Amino acid sequence: YRPHGLRQSFTYRPHGLRQSFTYRPHGLRQSFTYRPHGLRQIQTKSKKTLAKPGVKNIVLVEGVRTPFLLSGTTYADLMPHDLARAALQGLLHKTSLPKDAVDYIIYGTVIQEVKTSNVAREASLGAGFSDKIPSHTVTMACISSNVAMTTGVGLITAGQCDTIVAGGVEFMSDVPIRHSRKMRKTMLALNRAKTLGQRLSLIGSIRMAHLTPELPAVAEFSTAETMGHSADRLAAAFGVTRLEQDEFALRSHTLAKQAQDAGLLSDVISFKVPGRDTVAKDNGIRPSSMEQLAKLKPAFIKPHGTVTAANSSFLTDGASAVLIMSEEKALAMGYKPKAYLRDFVFVSQDPKDQLLLGPAYGTPKVLARAGLTMDDIDVFEFHEAFAGQIMANLKALDSDWFAQTYMGRKVKVGAPAMEKFNLWGGSLSLGHPFGATGCRLVTTVAHRLLKEGGQYGLVAACAAGGQGHAMVIEAYPQ
Amino acid sequence: SLTKIKMARYSFDLSFFLARTHVNYEVKEDVAVIRMNDPNSKVNTLSVRMQNEMIEVFNEVLANDAVHSAVLISSKPGCFIAGADINMIQACNTSEEVTKLSQEGQKMFERIEKSPKPIVAAINGSCLGGGLEFAIACQYRVATKSKKTVLGTPEVMLGLLPGAGGTQRLPKMVGIPGAFDMMLTGRNIKADKAKKMGLVHQLVDPLGPGLKSPEERTIEYLEEVAIQCARGIVHKKILLTKKKGMMQKVQDYVMGIAFVRQQIYKNVNGKVMKMSKGLYPAPLKIIESVKAGLEQGPDSGYLAEAQNFGKLAMTSESNALIGLYHGQVACKKNRFGVPERPVKNLAILGAGLMGAGIAQVTVDKGIHTVLKDTTVEGLSRGQQQVYKGLNDKIKKKAITSFERDSTLSSLTGQLDYSGFEKADMVIEAVFEDINIKHRVIKEVEAVIPPHCIFATNTSALPIKDIAAASMRPEKVIGMHYFSPVDKMQLLEIITTDKTSKDTTASAVAVGLKQGKVIIVVGDGPGFYTTRCLAPMLAEAVRVLQEGVNPKKLDALTTGFGFPVGAATLADEVGIDVAAHVAEDLGKAFGSRFGGGNVDVLKTMVERGFKGRKSGKGCYVYTPGLKSKDVNPDIDDLLEKFKLTPNPSVSSDSDVQYRLVSRFVNEAVMCLQEGILNGPVEGDIGAVFGLGFPPCLGGPFRFVDTFGADKLVEKMRRYEEVYGNHFTPCQLLLDHAKDSNKRFHK
Repeated sequence: YRPHGLRQSFTYRPHGLRQSFTYRPHGLRQSFTYRPHGLRQIQTKSKKTLAKPGVKNIVLVEGVRTPFLLSGTTYADLMPHDLARAALQGLLHKTSLPKDAVDYIIYGTVIQEVKTSNVAREASLGAGFSDKIPSHTVTMACISSNVAMTTGVGLITAGQCDTIVAGGVEFMSDVPIRHSRKMRKTMLALNRAKTLGQRLSLIGSIRMAHLTPELPAVAEFSTAETMGHSADRLAAAFGVTRLEQDEFALRSHTLAKQAQDAGLLSDVISFKVPGRDTVAKDNGIRPSSMEQLAKLKPAFIKPHGTVTAANSSFLTDGASAVLIMSEEKALAMGYKPKAYLRDFVFVSQDPKDQLLLGPAYGTPKVLARAGLTMDDIDVFEFHEAFAGQIMANLKALDSDWFAQTYMGRKVKVGAPAMEKFNLWGGSLSLGHPFGATGCRLVTTVAHRLLKEGGQYGLVAACAAGGQGHAMVIEAYPQ
Repeated sequence: SLTKIKMARYSFDLSFFLARTHVNYEVKEDVAVIRMNDPNSKVNTLSVRMQNEMIEVFNEVLANDAVHSAVLISSKPGCFIAGADINMIQACNTSEEVTKLSQEGQKMFERIEKSPKPIVAAINGSCLGGGLEFAIACQYRVATKSKKTVLGTPEVMLGLLPGAGGTQRLPKMVGIPGAFDMMLTGRNIKADKAKKMGLVHQLVDPLGPGLKSPEERTIEYLEEVAIQCARGIVHKKILLTKKKGMMQKVQDYVMGIAFVRQQIYKNVNGKVMKMSKGLYPAPLKIIESVKAGLEQGPDSGYLAEAQNFGKLAMTSESNALIGLYHGQVACKKNRFGVPERPVKNLAILGAGLMGAGIAQVTVDKGIHTVLKDTTVEGLSRGQQQVYKGLNDKIKKKAITSFERDSTLSSLTGQLDYSGFEKADMVIEAVFEDINIKHRVIKEVEAVIPPHCIFATNTSALPIKDIAAASMRPEKVIGMHYFSPVDKMQLLEIITTDKTSKDTTASAVAVGLKQGKVIIVVGDGPGFYTTRCLAPMLAEAVRVLQEGVNPKKLDALTTGFGFPVGAATLADEVGIDVAAHVAEDLGKAFGSRFGGGNVDVLKTMVERGFKGRKSGKGCYVYTPGLKSKDVNPDIDDLLEKFKLTPNPSVSSDSDVQYRLVSRFVNEAVMCLQEGILNGPVEGDIGAVFGLGFPPCLGGPFRFVDTFGADKLVEKMRRYEEVYGNHFTPCQLLLDHAKDSNKRFHK
């Protein structure tokens, strides 16, 4: 088996594949000036494979996800592990994977349901996987499932495992709301109280104020700033206008709608929700008009902010799962892999002023690792936390000053070409279940590479804590 | 030809543009953006130049029909306008001249207030004094939430009042109580608070890295938002008269009752008199000016403000306070230059009150700090003190809990000397015993690198005696901190003949980083501050022996302007420390330092009356209780040491001058002997370290104002009774002989 030989066969790209790339009504394209049709033609060029001698090739065999739903809708009465289980079952079903063929299961999640803190284990047991398969849960804010995947990559690379299921889940319809610290203290003391007198005196110490609950906030612990507020400041720092943000949000919803209608979102499995209907589609995609978007008031910085509910990602329920294997194992089991998972980086920076700049820092770094340039990439999938955040990252990537001042680089790497960027919608429109988005991004890159005939894809995402992730994905020769 | 005319006009405009150096403007569609930037200073002040150019620009903006509104903004990152130019006031010789200055300011801001085109003040950084008065004359205010953005009327701290309409506009804007609070305390108000008070209308967040530097982009962003506001006002999207809430209506109604207002004036007046003992005229004149405006109408109000401003500018109190302000600025500079290597690792020996206090003011300045003690208990106490200091800042919302945690990560508590090989400076704050200090210096020198500086925190032991045990005396220096370290602004740095200039530069650099006001003095018993305090405390003990009780003694000293009474001060310093110092300095300086019997203090220590720390001293301290009673047990003690007062020198005023003249004489002697570098440092040290009455400006300013001859005359009278305790020093005599001789110009 010689990966280099495989590459050779890929140097020729059937022209026909390009031609069949007709998922987008031409009329709409016109209104978005970012996609000159001609550009794609010049990308038929041969590139070396990113395989490295002595390093195992790791492949993405399959990726699925439940429909991403606005929280509080059809999934409202479930628990997080129910969603994760649905994704796992979907993966099993789609791959016909024997239930004991997996070496390890890893899930990412952010807001933890305290009853199922190792949600990976609860979900995999319920999904019918063998109880002999260990599973653990990881967390790294919005890039939690990226960590799940890369943990799997690490296990395979280290020779510890061959077959990994990685995924992510987030369930925002129900979040742990706690009693106040004082109340908790009293209740715990009550547990230990021995006499009636002790109990009564503890109960007597409870005041009205102790009953005020503690709500989880989408705010940084270190700075107490909500993410939307930070995004608004970030947009302002990069001079991103409200108009630019609304345009990008509209683009995301429009593209998502097109992709949904054209049946391109093939990673979505249908899920019969207990006690409810079967859901088969994301329900947050709402293409609107610039006029409608312009009417919204800023959601975080008032009255002059630019981030609104419409140009931000919304609270979402959803789960995703991917099957990752060593190439040898996948081929041995008769699978046709979708893509190679190649170099990846995690980055982190100041959680106050650079909270959401992960893609700007991660992209140049991962490109350098892989020895690629921005032009080499055919498919970009960036996590869209906020339209303003995306625009800020694009501007940062396109700024020599930023590259020199903050990244210690001589020159910028440049911004991704918009005609390659998030073409099937993104977190703004499809939804963003924090822990599950990473797998969606990777699967989408693989599917787009197949569909569009590209060779390299790049995933980049930001995460709370001022962290970020980027990964290069290489098409598997078809 | 039209283009030619346009070109001509353009070049005409350009020439104007070039001629102006402090104020410029740019028309952005329908909004004129007026930018202030004093090219000769880090801050903008309302100098004559600034004002003239502002009036010129304002006239042009008014005349330009294309302009519908304006934004007033500073191009300096940390400063809107820091205030009026003090030198402009000090250059005046009569109160009439100052009144005229005030009236010119009033006129200018009246024009701003009545401008038919709305003006939005865009505030980033300090907006103080005249700057604030300018801002509140504008129709709308937008401010950044930057930590540097502070608003306030600090005039009272210079013995003045807001003299450009401030006393008239503020009460209307933030209410009478709020306005009094601002003007009488002079405190800085942060942006959030200013918004709540109604002092600013809108806040803008500071920005982080983008396509430009955060500072530059933040100002740009502020400008963008301010322009939006200006247009909003013109298009009536932003209404300048806000709908009043229920609370506001009730408040307005209540304040509309003359009787209520009278009660407020009375109340505020009472508070001011209680706190200032009537020694500071400015607060009273502020109340008077506000009252005139509210009770007799704007014409009387503005007139009262201008006239009172003129009167205050001519007072000795204002002169003293302005002198202190200049002195403080001077003592915040390092006259020894930049040290060869910056101190990045600082080790502190001894985690007691002082050691932990030093750690507290160091650790949050980006300096890695090691706190070493000999016992776990001592170390824990010290670490808890640092933690508490930072935690209290969270309660005041000065920092977040995360900032506390990350700051504390720079603090290492330990019992051994590990890591001392990396120390750039060691400050020892161990027990005041020469033998212990010698042992410590030897231990430390065995482990520190050659470049490391050894600083000793002592309040009285001569540094050269401590340095005698050192292998490298050029690296030894004294750093005398005052307790509590995080509150007291002064740091007294003591150099010996052998201390190198670089060592001094380094110590000053560290002190400045710690936020201290620094005086650098020569070596000698008690250096400068302790040496001045000792004779005054000796006199205080004598006064107690003469039958004046501690409460009366405190009243006499605070009545003279000391913020803390002599008896309370002794309790705070510690009776044991006072006894120690009195004995040491008594030995060093001989009978001149006599007065009260040291045995009074010693007996108090023997009986456990060590001051506040032991719960009893001159007073009894009950935890949780603010008021304190005189310690009943010292009556018989004082009875035992009773002296018969001489009625000719025992009037209240004489007692005050006996205490003060000994202090002042010693200070002048320190200058005479070269312990002090100059009178400015002498005044700053006395006021910021020992609480010498700020309204007198320090011992040297006091001599200038009071008259050396008059002081000598009084001292001679006391000398007759008490002998050499009151013998004026030569320098004081020289000044008494020649009235042209003054410490301050």
